[in-house]
Amino acid sequence: MPKKNIEEPTWRELPVGCVISEPGNACRYKTGDWRSMRPVVDKEKCIRCGVCYLFCPDMAIYKNDEGLFVADLYYCKGCGICARECFTGCISMIPEEE
Amino acid sequence: MIEIRLHGRGGQGAVTSAELLALAAIQEGKYAQAFPSFGPERRGAPVVAFCRIDDEPIRLRTNIYNPDLVMVLDPSILRLVDVAGGLKKDGILVTNTKYSGKQIRDELGIQQAIGTVNATLIAQEEMGIPITNTTMLGSLIKAGRILDPESLMEPLKKRFGRIAEKNIRAFKRAYEETEVIPKE
Amino acid sequence: MSINRKGIEVSIGAADAVAMADVDVIAAYPITPQTHIVEHLSEIVARGDLDAEFIPVESEHSAMSVCCGASAVGARTFTCTSSQGLALMNEIVFIAPCMRLPIVMILANRSLSGPLSIWNDHSDVMSIRDCGWIQVFTENGQDVFDHVFFAFRVAENPQVSLPVIVNMDGFILTHMIEAIEYWEPEMVRRYLPEFKPVNRLHPDKPVTMGAFGMPNIFTEAKKAQNEALLSSKVEILRAWKEMGDITGRYYKPVESYQADDAETVFLTMGSLSETVSIAVDRLRAQGKAVGQIKLRLWRPFPFEEFRLAVKNVKKIIVLDRALSFGGPGGPVASEIRAALYGEQNMPVVANFVAGLAGRDVTVNDYIAMYEKAEPFAKGKVRQDDYIIYGVRE
Repeated sequence: MPKKNIEEPTWRELPVGCVISEPGNACRYKTGDWRSMRPVVDKEKCIRCGVCYLFCPDMAIYKNDEGLFVADLYYCKGCGICARECFTGCISMIPEEE
Repeated sequence: MIEIRLHGRGGQGAVTSAELLALAAIQEGKYAQAFPSFGPERRGAPVVAFCRIDDEPIRLRTNIYNPDLVMVLDPSILRLVDVAGGLKKDGILVTNTKYSGKQIRDELGIQQAIGTVNATLIAQEEMGIPITNTTMLGSLIKAGRILDPESLMEPLKKRFGRIAEKNIRAFKRAYEETEVIPKE
Repeated sequence: MSINRKGIEVSIGAADAVAMADVDVIAAYPITPQTHIVEHLSEIVARGDLDAEFIPVESEHSAMSVCCGASAVGARTFTCTSSQGLALMNEIVFIAPCMRLPIVMILANRSLSGPLSIWNDHSDVMSIRDCGWIQVFTENGQDVFDHVFFAFRVAENPQVSLPVIVNMDGFILTHMIEAIEYWEPEMVRRYLPEFKPVNRLHPDKPVTMGAFGMPNIFTEAKKAQNEALLSSKVEILRAWKEMGDITGRYYKPVESYQADDAETVFLTMGSLSETVSIAVDRLRAQGKAVGQIKLRLWRPFPFEEFRLAVKNVKKIIVLDRALSFGGPGGPVASEIRAALYGEQNMPVVANFVAGLAGRDVTVNDYIAMYEKAEPFAKGKVRQDDYIIYGVRE
């Protein structure tokens, strides 16, 4: 049998009132593919101040094991706010295709 | 079914009178309706209220065009509105006036029976205010003999609370002082 | 005679019924076009006789929004409006049924302006014909009182979980003082179980309500909503039956009067039905085979019961209290004709639009309509034929 497509339920399968009963499932939604430019951090220039983390409207920036602030590309939409707000200019926006 | 039309001025209590009549009738186990002439409320403007009383459930939900009884709360309306319009031939017009029924008939040419009482005077003397709604009810009950006057006591008490006694006195006095002249 | 028989303004009676139903939240815009219903409820809450939140919002749009929020957290919720108030509420009215929120609303039917009007007709409710709520009509004060409990009972039934509108004619019922038999509190307890919402906004078990419906899911969502409304009828019938067992008053989706052997029937909705029944009596006394069909349930439309009720009828005089401008006349007649389409021995439908904005329609007027409709014959009346009764030419 072909696998049921969960994106296309029948009307009977919809929950009453179309409620979404699984909390926080928006985290599965990939907004990363909205991106045409991606932020790239110059490790030498970064002072680890976290201002990019504070300004990111999608909360897509996290602190990695090295203590460096980087974007989670599953969510990052490539808006460029981090690059604009960065004090040291260590973030550059690179076209996706490069 | 008895149909009653009440004429007054906005704020004088024509609707309250209709309501008290209906409540008294319902208390007697009868069926009744009381309702205003629908529209914006305007203090002082001539207004009309209606009341129906019957032993059977009432299905009619229109205005009253051919009343059995007409009650006029304010003497100044007699010459302003066609208060006897549509009144049944055997109907009775009951009005607040200082004149006699004969004088009203001569002036307005009303042929039906006429009940008169000086309700403004009674209300002024018994309650200290010229609001005639409960006073005129006494007159209507006397002239129309539609309900036992005792049936009004409970609704009057409920409605007026601590000033109920005064209203009841005015009601009873109007009941006593009302004079009726038969139809022509 | 019941000791609970009270002479009371129907609006006040309705408010008392809402309080007896122990609502949790009442949200309403407190001034024109409002009725005494919420005014009295605000007094009951202020006196402390009802443990409820009375939220006097700044517009009807907010009233319905508050109702949606309150119902979503599992509160028994009530509101009330009329005419322009309903128009302002419109946007949210359509959202409540899709979210399956069992709100109860009394709609005091009044005409939509303009010209500016405050009087009674059905133009307000007909403007939201397709809103997805369960919609019933009432004829008198007792109907209104009984249907408050009915509305909560049906709306909150987990098999239904849909909002309910109880239509009552403005002024003709809202401002009428008449006798109403009050229910005993014990009857209310027996009839109306505790509200247990199907879904509920609660921190212990978070859910999302009112989410986006993308094109690939919207059609299914609407089909599901439609099925919910259609299948609510079983529970509606059950609720009426059980109310009858408690009160002795049995309501039906389609009610009839003198209709068994009638060739012509009047079809009416709301409070004018009672006056029409007097016209039926008078025409019967003249030897005419006249009866009356009353639509109590408007949505879901009771096709089956309606077709059965008019099975042997030759002519239906449909009384409409609203006009579909540039359309097929009155909205009710339009639906009646649609419901009969394809039936064998389809009756002729004569459509009268009457009683707009409180214009009185008397017993003689109904008799005149009957006489006017007499020459109407099969094949000569079309879908878009209608008469605006009593209009001055």
